[in-house]
Amino acid sequence: MKSFTYERVDTPAAATAGFARTPGARFIAGGTNLLDLMKLEIETPAHLIDVSRLKLDTIEPTSDGGLRIGAMVRNTDLAADARIRRDYGLVSRALVAGASGQLRNKATTAGNLLQRTRCPYFYDTNQPCNKRRPGSGCAAIGGFSRLHAVVGASEACIATHPSDMAVAMQALDAMVETVDKAGKTRRIALADLYRAPGSTPHLETALAPGELITAVTLPKPVGGTHIYHKVRDRASYAFALISVGVVVQPDGSGRVALGGVGYKPWRVKAADAELPRGAKAATSALLAGAKTSHENAYKLPLVERTLAGVLAQAKG
Amino acid sequence: MKFDTPATENPIDQLKVVGKPTSRIEGPLKTSGTAPYAYERHDAVPNQAYGFIVGSAIAKGRIASMDLAEAKAAPGVLAIVTAASAGMLGKGDFNTARLLGGPEIQHYHQAIAIVVAESFEQARAAAGLVRVQYTRDKGNFDLASSLDGAIKPPAFFGTEPDSSFGDFDAAFASAPVKLDEHYTTPDHSHAMMEPHASIASWDGDKLTLWTSNQMIAWSVGDVAKTLGIPRENVRLVSPYIGGGFGAKLFVRADAILAALGARAAGRPVKVALPRPLIANNTTHRPATIQRIRLGATSDGKLTSIGHESWSGDLKGGGPETAVGQTRLLYAAPHRMTAMRLAVLDLPEGNAMRAPGEAPGLMALEIAIDEMAEKLGMDPVAFRILNDTQVDPEKPERKFSQRQLNECLRIGADKFGWAARNPKPGLTRDGRWLVGTGVAAAFRNNLNEKSAARVRLDRAGRVIVETDMTDIGTGSYTIIAQTAAEMLGVPLDQVEVRLGDSLFPVSAGSGGQWGANSSTAGVYAACAKLRTAIAQKLGLDPAKATFANGKVSAGGKSIALARAAADGEVVAEDMMEYGDLAQTFQQSTFGAHFVEAAVDAATGEIRLRRMLAVCAAGRILNPKAARSQVIGAMTMGAGAALMEELAVDKRFGFFVNHDLAGYEVPVHADIPSQDVIFLDEVDPTTSPMKAKGVGELGICGVAAAVANAVYHATGIRVRNYPVTLDKLIDRLPAIA
Repeated sequence: MKSFTYERVDTPAAATAGFARTPGARFIAGGTNLLDLMKLEIETPAHLIDVSRLKLDTIEPTSDGGLRIGAMVRNTDLAADARIRRDYGLVSRALVAGASGQLRNKATTAGNLLQRTRCPYFYDTNQPCNKRRPGSGCAAIGGFSRLHAVVGASEACIATHPSDMAVAMQALDAMVETVDKAGKTRRIALADLYRAPGSTPHLETALAPGELITAVTLPKPVGGTHIYHKVRDRASYAFALISVGVVVQPDGSGRVALGGVGYKPWRVKAADAELPRGAKAATSALLAGAKTSHENAYKLPLVERTLAGVLAQAKG
Repeated sequence: MKFDTPATENPIDQLKVVGKPTSRIEGPLKTSGTAPYAYERHDAVPNQAYGFIVGSAIAKGRIASMDLAEAKAAPGVLAIVTAASAGMLGKGDFNTARLLGGPEIQHYHQAIAIVVAESFEQARAAAGLVRVQYTRDKGNFDLASSLDGAIKPPAFFGTEPDSSFGDFDAAFASAPVKLDEHYTTPDHSHAMMEPHASIASWDGDKLTLWTSNQMIAWSVGDVAKTLGIPRENVRLVSPYIGGGFGAKLFVRADAILAALGARAAGRPVKVALPRPLIANNTTHRPATIQRIRLGATSDGKLTSIGHESWSGDLKGGGPETAVGQTRLLYAAPHRMTAMRLAVLDLPEGNAMRAPGEAPGLMALEIAIDEMAEKLGMDPVAFRILNDTQVDPEKPERKFSQRQLNECLRIGADKFGWAARNPKPGLTRDGRWLVGTGVAAAFRNNLNEKSAARVRLDRAGRVIVETDMTDIGTGSYTIIAQTAAEMLGVPLDQVEVRLGDSLFPVSAGSGGQWGANSSTAGVYAACAKLRTAIAQKLGLDPAKATFANGKVSAGGKSIALARAAADGEVVAEDMMEYGDLAQTFQQSTFGAHFVEAAVDAATGEIRLRRMLAVCAAGRILNPKAARSQVIGAMTMGAGAALMEELAVDKRFGFFVNHDLAGYEVPVHADIPSQDVIFLDEVDPTTSPMKAKGVGELGICGVAAAVANAVYHATGIRVRNYPVTLDKLIDRLPAIA
């Protein structure tokens, strides 16, 4: 770990101002991922701006009948919120499928969205990794790739995004609210937050340097049956091999998003339209153009079979 | 004391203290976080500095250049030691690769430098500034493609590479029912909770290491040999160990580099191996490829058993002895086993909990399940039918005790085995396919000589000193129970001091020999102390009985403490062994039963029930023994379902080298576990009449799980771990 300076801020404006003042700074909230990355010198910020005390830790109704979730709402609190559990069960179920109780107590809503991949080659600084050291190559391609992406990947990177919560939020059309260094706010669809790796996998999000997530909004509840099925080798405390989040309406229509298959939660509008026709049709749309290695080819049948199981469960 | 004839009645047989399910006497220290582990010995010596180890970034080759300038100039740095500056170093008898590499690199993450600084953070930051240029050599990292070059290794810890009996080839060729299959087990990491850690301090030319080590005397020798100093100048202190499973049988880089760092810095230095370094820097259980051939008559009698195993190691290393149990487990007149060893440039392989039997039974006990199915027999009945009460390769040699059939029968009864549908893939519970599996457990018993010193002080307290270690097994407690039983005092009158090389040399903790061997050593010392006490009190030692804090003989009864009225009474002795282990085959047996459920859609496997029935001599403390067995069953479940060091065959290293990537079971993976110990005493093993149980518990578990998955799904997986990607293409069609 490199030495760094530290400040704690009280307002988003102070946070972005701090960033403007100190190039190479990082925001830190729960720190459940960033601190590990710093210990391994994968992240080497010269300055940390602690945003964990920002008053962004409430969940409030929005004017259009949805919810605004403050960026600093802890994963535990979000999963346990009565409104979330009643109207957005997918979010609650995805959250409790992730990490451990201790980590969820620390981890924040914005931090969860911005956590980095768990590709083991990204974590070993001796290995080439275009995400960690642009231009150095990708050791995962042709290597141990059982956990890696099958859609949206590039010749430069096959890493997946590890968040469960983001899969649920993507299925529910969440929006991310931000403020930048100039104090300008904007709303980004979660679907547009993550950048495809292309030839620049180190650029992971649409956020500008110093742009701070202040909230995530969920539109008004869509009803239906919410199921999140996270598939993994051990029963708890493991990242998804794949995960399937669905909202299914009584008429069989609905929406579906996948985790563990790509650089972001994977949702394809055409797949939603295919849902009433069943898992095979929806999976074909979801995984169109999938590219697999010998080690992760199982993810294709696994997605279809998991989705089939989930749809059967939704029917009851 | 020499143990060379079977034990007769002795004070242990009173079972007033021994055999009771006593809670750990050091338990409160551990549950309250106050047991001082090596890295926490802040009190041991003042002015401790911190060391951080740099691991090689390549698996094989040479260091072309090393630039230390930036690191040396970093804040707080006190010293940097590399192979270039360490002076001549030897290699320990128990190490395959050198613990400080350079310029030659033998494996990935081999230590190449230690950076010593005032704080841990400074040492770690400066370690990141060590600039190394390598010349990479081509290495051999793939066992499967190395079988042709594999050689017949020399005998390994007394195990010959090959065995043959009868005429295997002819018998197998003519057998009416045959099985010939290959099985693979992957590399495993011990994944113990406490990392390797040491504090080193020099006083002139004398070195003290507070460390985490299972085998104190072995390691004193290897520290001395590596550093080139007399062994009497080395002291090891290791009273508390946060798990070892074989990872801490030997001296590792933390100890040697702490010593070198301390010498260079002129201060005590503490070092812990960071978790991401452990998998590649230290030892692991080597992967195996195994071929099993079984031949049987159509009524289910095995006529031929063949078991071959291939494993790899660095040059100079040894094989994984995966065929050992096959020489002893089932009857058959024609037999062969063989081990072959390939040279691989992966990190060095070595012992992990039940080396040999654990991976060997992972294969053999699937094969037995498959053979039972071919014969149309129940797998419990098939095993019982092929039992042997003698060493099949030396029929004149009987097992000292062998209750495998009883374990199988009692387990089947308790588990409800009879209700099982013999056909696989037919039992449904909602979305779950449900199955049950069984496997035999077998682990050899080993007795190792072991010494202890026992003191009686003026207050009538008994103090036991031995360099035996407690790796979480319960050594403190069973040793206290032994001394309390021998001297007729309550347990809280006994103090046990372990893990210090100043104490008499014990068997140490490994190979499940620790419990019986170390308590037998304490028995010997206590017997000597009884004589000394009786003589001191003017009583006939041959007739004296020790009970309730009193010594009685010839109608007289005197308080024990009186013997120490004018000073401590001290006795030291060692238990040594004659040839009973040659006359009799001493082994431990068990049966594992598992119920598993497999999600018919996704292939996710979740265990529902586990039962172990064990016959392992006298159980010295049923509570501690049960803890050992349920822990071992948990580890076996990990081996069955998730544990695998993923090899990068291009760069030659274990990729998933932390506890996020190398998954071991969590609570949610482990269902209801039950353990039954059969009543058994084995008078051929020691006056304790006990055997080991800590490794027996893992043996066979993974196969029982794999067999349950087969029974649930009808899908036979012969390559561990049994993960859903190996099932997914053969699961029932989905709607």
